[in-house]
Amino acid sequence: MTRVDAITWDVVVVGGGNAALCAAIEAAETGARVVMLEAAPKPYRGGNSRHTRNFRCMHRGPLSVLTGSYEEEEYFDDLIRVTKGKTDEYLARMTIRDSETCLPWMERHGVAFQPSLSGTLSLSRTNAFFLGGGKALVNAYYNTAEDLGVTVLYEAEVRHVTVAEGRFQGLDARIGGKDLRIEGRALVLASGGFQADIDWLADAWGPAARNFLIRGTPYNRGVVLRDMLDQGADSVGDPTQCHAVAIDGRSPKYDGGIVTRLDCVPFSVVVNQNGDRFYDEGEDVWPKRYAIWGRLVAAQPEQVAYSIIDAKSLNLFMPSVFPPETADTIEGLAQKLGLPGNKLRETIDAFNAACRSGDFHPTELDGLATEGLTPPKTNWARPITEPPFYGYSLRPGVTFTYLGLKVDRTARVSAHGARLHNIWAAGEIMAGSILGEGYLAGFGMTIGTVFGRIAGQEAAAHVA
Amino acid sequence: MSLDITPTLTATEEARRQVEICNACRYCEGYCAVFPAAFAERSFSDGDITQLASLCHNCRGCYYACQYTEPHEFALNLPAALAEVRVESWARFAWPGAFARLFQTHGVALAAALVLGTALIFAAIRLLGTGAGDGFYAYLSHSAMVAIFAPAFLFPLLALAMGVRRYWHEVGGTAVTLADLRAALIDAGRMRNLSGGAAEGCNYEKGDRYSVARKHAHHAVVWGFLLCFASTSSGTILHYVLDMPAPYPFFSLPKLLGVPGGILLTLGAAGLAMLKLRADPALGAVAAWGGEMAFVILLGLTGLTGLALYAATGTGLVAPLLALHLGTVLAFFVTLPYSKMAHATYRLAALTRDAQLKRRAG
Repeated sequence: MTRVDAITWDVVVVGGGNAALCAAIEAAETGARVVMLEAAPKPYRGGNSRHTRNFRCMHRGPLSVLTGSYEEEEYFDDLIRVTKGKTDEYLARMTIRDSETCLPWMERHGVAFQPSLSGTLSLSRTNAFFLGGGKALVNAYYNTAEDLGVTVLYEAEVRHVTVAEGRFQGLDARIGGKDLRIEGRALVLASGGFQADIDWLADAWGPAARNFLIRGTPYNRGVVLRDMLDQGADSVGDPTQCHAVAIDGRSPKYDGGIVTRLDCVPFSVVVNQNGDRFYDEGEDVWPKRYAIWGRLVAAQPEQVAYSIIDAKSLNLFMPSVFPPETADTIEGLAQKLGLPGNKLRETIDAFNAACRSGDFHPTELDGLATEGLTPPKTNWARPITEPPFYGYSLRPGVTFTYLGLKVDRTARVSAHGARLHNIWAAGEIMAGSILGEGYLAGFGMTIGTVFGRIAGQEAAAHVA
Repeated sequence: MSLDITPTLTATEEARRQVEICNACRYCEGYCAVFPAAFAERSFSDGDITQLASLCHNCRGCYYACQYTEPHEFALNLPAALAEVRVESWARFAWPGAFARLFQTHGVALAAALVLGTALIFAAIRLLGTGAGDGFYAYLSHSAMVAIFAPAFLFPLLALAMGVRRYWHEVGGTAVTLADLRAALIDAGRMRNLSGGAAEGCNYEKGDRYSVARKHAHHAVVWGFLLCFASTSSGTILHYVLDMPAPYPFFSLPKLLGVPGGILLTLGAAGLAMLKLRADPALGAVAAWGGEMAFVILLGLTGLTGLALYAATGTGLVAPLLALHLGTVLAFFVTLPYSKMAHATYRLAALTRDAQLKRRAG
């Protein structure tokens, strides 16, 4: 094989996840010579895309595995609700509209979708689920890219992008342990956020961030993002913010993915390490409250909390990957969890005394609320009395960061307010342009696919 | 002496550990029947694990889709974990127990059975000889063949029936209805569990790329085997019912069924053996690889020697080829309940149980 540093590539793609793959495929289909630089080793390729599961897609009628219709206005309303208006409406609507043509494109390029299923999935109208999940999608795209002649380099860490007079000229990378200079005529940046760089998180969040768990890939360290920002690239998003959810406190520091989720909070009493309750566990149905608990736990001492349930609630939520701590008494459970036993007993007694009789409905807001308790539990408040008692620890799990590069509708990156000649961005590195706050399930993959495709097409057109 | 006191998990414990992680993830929901069956439970008895293991076709699609395979610390490799459970469970169910693992995991034992079987037929030809019959019966009399093969056909049926009874007890099966059996046969006939929607087939020889090669090779073996079996059965009927003893001309039922059957069996087994050489052995039961390979070769040999014997009609090669072919068939049948062939019955039982559970869940 010719040495990769002896070639002037048409399109250089930095990153190895969904957006990078979409860009590489689009560019390679025009005949462009494309190289992809994936920082991870091959088994970990695909960035956070390998942990994803679905794609939120607009459609005017049944489309492939999607049922009913999900049109632009409803989709946009859903986005406005989670972002509280922090979005670029033009880019957001464009992304939503383009999502409709993306699904058939994905199928043509090897992605298999899961037939709409009953049971745990209630999103068969708005979201198309990848058969086998995100890693299966990533594998399919790598195979397509390989068939199109894309050169993929693993363990390729990009250190510095040379931008002179608004033009990308080449980049310095450490590839398989060797420092190389890669030159190309167009550049697509799709290297994700910076959530795996704990120092950067701690700079933004304060020292508490050192106790956060990173749900996704350890390879999203934001090196290229920082390099571009240092060179004056225009940015969007709040550098002090990241999206964090409350996950199982025993999860791996990195890469725990979906199985770290814990859905027990609505049926539990949640205390901090002092044994005190600090928030209404029954405020709303769980998917809506999932994200705010990341922040709530992050604000507690040592960034840890404990969710306590009794025997009657154990089967009301998705199975957890780690078994709960178990004891026949509250004091015994406190000892196992490392909580002050007397204090936990007091907290549970006070909670139990505040519970009222009424009908319990686990799947809807049932109004079964405590009385005279601070903070209250406003739904699903049933006394914790039936042994054995179970406890799970909770910690904040970071899913992604918002700070990124500002792009226009052609995915072009700008610096000091002027468009750069030959640099595009796609995926999480620019998602803050559209998703300024909150999260909408499957929307990250939508942004990555839409902008990955645009970036690949634009970069290829530039070098044609 | 090693001071390593890390407790090693049994195959069932390891599979349970992995299935519990799957149950918290569920991304593979849309693949084969293993996953919906697992996700219907919250905890898994040993019998549940045995049932899941027997549903698995070792297609490996879930392995390549899994975000938790090594080097991830969860180290999932469900196809291998379930394969290990299958190997262990068949050994546990085997009757009589003395043969439990002999042929499943020992290719050498299977080869020895082949040699022994062939030698036995040679000896029979020498000692029992001809009853002055035509065709093959010129070498070995019809009654001698029946005396050797009738028990060799019947014994495996009994042994497998005993094994399946033990299986059924362990997985908690209830009275079988026709509907359950019908559902199981349709699933087996179509190999529906190798059709995960658009992602069709196995990930055997091309890593994470799908291919239907294994499905086609497997079906060639199944149909080839059934045609050969039908050929022998038709010969039996011709002999006893219609009083038309062998040899049969080409345009006769035994030959019209047997020749294509032999060709399919030979080609299918050759295909499976080649795929097995190209597939990653770490995604199956590593210790059983040799036994499985030997079994596939034996299966192919039954077809190939049968065809060779037919081709050699009228030449001096008939006697040795007859001994080799009959020896192969004998070895195949005698070892059947303890070789990979047993999977056919356990898989069918598992599909029947799955149909029961689905029906009960509504």
